[in-house]
Amino acid sequence: MAQLPPYMTTPQRVWYYGFRVICGLIFFFLIFPIMVIIPLSFNATDFFTFTPEMLAFDPAGYSFKHYHDFFTNPDWQQALRNSVMIAPAATLLATSFGTLAAIGLSQSHVPYRGAIMAILISPMIVPLIISAAGMYFFYSRIGIQGTYWGVVLAHAVLGTPFVIITVTATLVGFDQSLERAAASLGANPVTTFFKVQMPLILPGVISGALFAFITSFDEVVVVLFVGSASQKTLPWQMFTGLREQISPTILAVASILVTLSVILLTVLELMRRRSEKQRGLTPG
Amino acid sequence: MSDTTTNTAEKLTTSDGKPLKASLAKALRRQKMRALLLIAPLLLFVLISFAAPIVDMLFRSVQNEIVPETLPRTVTVLESWDESSGEIPSDVVFSALRDDLVIAAERKRHTRLGSRLNYEMTGMSSLFRKTGRRVDDFGEIFTEQFENLNEAWVEPATWVSLMASEDWVAAQSKWAAAGDDAVPQPAFVLSEAAKQALPRTADIYSGFADVIRTEDGDSPTQEEPWNPVYAALYDDLIENPDAASSYSGAMAELLLTAAEAVPSFEALTAREEFIDADEDWGSLAVWQTLDRYSGRYTDGYYLAALDAQRTADGIEMVPEGQRIYLLLFMRTLILSVVITCSCLLLGYPVAFLLSHLPLRSANLLMILVLLPFWTSLLVRTSAWKVLLQQQGVINDMLVFIGLVSDDGRLALINNATGTVIAMTHILLPFMILPLYSVMKTISPTYVRAAKSLGATDWTAFWRIYFRSLCRGSARVLFWSSSCRSATTSRPNLSAVPPVSSSRTGSPTTSRVP
Amino acid sequence: MKTKSIILALAASLATSTAAYAEEMTIVSWGGAYQASQKSAYTDPYMEMNPDIEVVWDRSSNEAVAKLRAMNEAGNVTWDLVDVVAADAMRLCDEGLAMEYDPDEMLAPAPDGTPASEDFGDLIVSDCFIPQIVYSTTAAYRPDLLPEGAPAPESICAMFDTETYPGKRALEKRPINNVEWALICDGVAKEDVYDVLETEEGQDRAFAKLDTIKDDVIWWSAAAEPPQLLADGEIVMGSSYNGRWFSAIVEENQPFKMLWDAQVFDLDGWIIPAGLPEDRLAMVKDFVKYATDTQRLADQAAYISYGPARNSSAPLVGKHAELGVDMGPHMPTAPENSKNVFVYNYEWWADYRDDLDAKFQAWLVQ
Repeated sequence: MAQLPPYMTTPQRVWYYGFRVICGLIFFFLIFPIMVIIPLSFNATDFFTFTPEMLAFDPAGYSFKHYHDFFTNPDWQQALRNSVMIAPAATLLATSFGTLAAIGLSQSHVPYRGAIMAILISPMIVPLIISAAGMYFFYSRIGIQGTYWGVVLAHAVLGTPFVIITVTATLVGFDQSLERAAASLGANPVTTFFKVQMPLILPGVISGALFAFITSFDEVVVVLFVGSASQKTLPWQMFTGLREQISPTILAVASILVTLSVILLTVLELMRRRSEKQRGLTPG
Repeated sequence: MSDTTTNTAEKLTTSDGKPLKASLAKALRRQKMRALLLIAPLLLFVLISFAAPIVDMLFRSVQNEIVPETLPRTVTVLESWDESSGEIPSDVVFSALRDDLVIAAERKRHTRLGSRLNYEMTGMSSLFRKTGRRVDDFGEIFTEQFENLNEAWVEPATWVSLMASEDWVAAQSKWAAAGDDAVPQPAFVLSEAAKQALPRTADIYSGFADVIRTEDGDSPTQEEPWNPVYAALYDDLIENPDAASSYSGAMAELLLTAAEAVPSFEALTAREEFIDADEDWGSLAVWQTLDRYSGRYTDGYYLAALDAQRTADGIEMVPEGQRIYLLLFMRTLILSVVITCSCLLLGYPVAFLLSHLPLRSANLLMILVLLPFWTSLLVRTSAWKVLLQQQGVINDMLVFIGLVSDDGRLALINNATGTVIAMTHILLPFMILPLYSVMKTISPTYVRAAKSLGATDWTAFWRIYFRSLCRGSARVLFWSSSCRSATTSRPNLSAVPPVSSSRTGSPTTSRVP
Repeated sequence: MKTKSIILALAASLATSTAAYAEEMTIVSWGGAYQASQKSAYTDPYMEMNPDIEVVWDRSSNEAVAKLRAMNEAGNVTWDLVDVVAADAMRLCDEGLAMEYDPDEMLAPAPDGTPASEDFGDLIVSDCFIPQIVYSTTAAYRPDLLPEGAPAPESICAMFDTETYPGKRALEKRPINNVEWALICDGVAKEDVYDVLETEEGQDRAFAKLDTIKDDVIWWSAAAEPPQLLADGEIVMGSSYNGRWFSAIVEENQPFKMLWDAQVFDLDGWIIPAGLPEDRLAMVKDFVKYATDTQRLADQAAYISYGPARNSSAPLVGKHAELGVDMGPHMPTAPENSKNVFVYNYEWWADYRDDLDAKFQAWLVQ
């Protein structure tokens, strides 16, 4: 990084550093709002503003009361429980259906491929509020509005386009002859799928699943319509919290989630480096 | 004959002797089937849990059954009224409306009808609510005069014997004697004689009997009819003076005396009573609206979404002061364009840097992109609230370094600026991630090759890098635009409401019929 | 040690099994300090007495009418008890979405035996409405944000006086109260307000007055927003419910001052959605009987400064449950505060709400 080629001209050098400064500022823009939340979540008052005491680093201006509220308030605990129950189920549904369909779609001869693809991707294109209202009335009619499974179905259907897109993308580079090779060596289709195809498209499946998970975990519009108060998820609780009662507990929850994300992302990165080392690859 | 044999012999066959063409076709069919079978579960799943609700919703957006179902009599007689005549409808229509409205008000349906029609013309809701509260007094003047004539007219029993069929009377008394609440009351049946002689009275009376039975759980044998029933009786007797003599059922005597007396009754038409309750009933516009939206299906909601309405001269724009939606569509569109541009402007350098850095540092920096991506939208929105408000962090900093004075703090929130900043932040990862994945696939050697062939920096960028990028970026734009549309519905910092959240309450639930 | 863990495991399994059989009762309310007071005064003690009932809160009261309409449309009412303001109760009752009830049969009599219908008196403004509290919508400001030398505002018209009191003000994002205040400050006598509003010209006049401050208004839709905005210094004054101002001033020690002038009295209470199945209805009725008795209503006043709706509760109102502040002087009905009260016309609003809402929305967008 520090070693710039000696033949670079001054404008090129200025550009080189200038570009990095610009990118640095953009990164700052991306991360700053999230970082601001964390000190604010230790606010001792019930308003989410930096109080004079906080700015003076007076310990009296800080407290754990919002964290305490999150862990003791049954509303928040119920929301957490629901989120943790709904998101994985929706992810599982979306990923398994989505992966199968993506494999089907990437076969060489699929009748009406365009039309089918359009239908399968539509949950991502139709504005959420429209989908939500439509689902509300339809699900009420078939009796699953306000039930756990209603929310899971709705979230799963919203997550499938992400799975389809990511898995199809990985399948584009998939060599179909591998499948034939496996078949010619006597593997049945199921074995071929799990032993040959799956390991190769796994990265696509995993990232699709992550998208589906975050769709469900961070979704508020559809759950407000399709769910009832007993299915309220974390975003639901945050949404009403923001609207009805601006409580910094939201910021405490956010800080916890951000910390979890940082840990998760770091662990993933460390694992990746380790596996690279084991496979004898030098990192990039 | 011999020709065909030679042809067959020349055809290619597979090892099992089948023609190759057929065999290939079969294989192709099998392949197609396999593909479809793999897709089928998801397709079914999406069709049921997503497409069906949307279709259902589209269907709802043209439904207008509430009007003909709540006002069946009015809608029928209104058909013969010409809305361009410049006159409000005749008394017949008002009498029909009185009958419909009294039933609707007892069933508490009139307020919903008012809310429905209020979308077409403001003022309809209060009109129906106010009138609905008074409609059971309409015709009171007749009730009193009939009562003065003979006390028997306010006896429920009189009416039952006048109106009900004998079978029903028998069934009803059997039911009442059994006293078993689990058995439903028999539905009211009119007698033929009543239907013949007093058609209007019979019609409204059977409506009354139904409401009493279904809404209140009472029996018409115990309840005095509503005032409008008396008004209908007056109308019947005035219109057809011979009705009483042709009526052969019970109470013929009573009816005959009434028929003789009615011409000297003090009268008040339904029209007068409506206009007395609310003078808007005398307005042509109210009746034109009612007439235009009396069908089972309507394009009213779609027209309203385009700030248009039906008038006597066809489709016209609503008055200037009431236009909302086109304005909102425009604002949403402009905001979308601005936000997409700013995302591109900020996302491009970052994606470029990430794709050209060594993997190890790129992955570390990637965390900075992924972290906001994983953070809840609501949280990021509230963070921006804290940052952008007038006494917020950014303004504080600007004041601290002296860029703005303490009195001149910038308004960054509750306006378009705040929306653009926060939405750009929210959508930026959606721009960076796909751009990055596309840029990764463009080998730097292409650009170097172009340069070595004498291309300038610009040409190399434009002809090689940008074009390769374009091939991949359809997906990028698709993502960010779809996410943009998905996000408009989220609570945001804007004072300018996006189309999807323009109404108070939850827009779609209150607007869809 | 071992026995202890076995007991713990047993207790845990018992707890989960009772949880599985617990009846859920969905109560809709307003969130914030108000819902917290209901929780402390009504549901917490009730759930203690009825461990098999679990209360699920839904904070949707401000859109209760739209949501109940949609639920009814969809044929799937998921709420058991809804807290709404009186005008909304009237609308829901008119539309057949709320259940009519008999006060003396369903509600507990006062301790001295006065039947409920008398104890609540004329606060039962609709056949479906079960009154809980009297509250008021009123304004507050921050003296330290007023410009140097400006007199402390004494009239609601300070809200419309951007010359003397420059800066943003927060008003509720709906026509109610705002159009009345606009007319009063445009010179209409208090008692004529609704007569003027009934005419097209009167409505235009109110909006014209609001036009003069439109650029300076931040519209709020949750009552918790104005205290937050005022605490942040985003606004110089705003309207909210008096209980919200109370919690900000007394519980959070915010330097706000109340502006009681032309405060608008309103009622808030329960409605039971129409068409509940028998078992759920029985459960709700039992809860309502408990939650609206004399003691419970008085208890609520220990958490928030709203007046209890029963006459018999008034003498029982004492001090704030945690801070020990006398609640009396903070009530909207205290003589100090109610020198100039605007009487709100529920019935008028029940009739004209849809019309004015549509006009207001169009006006906002312009």
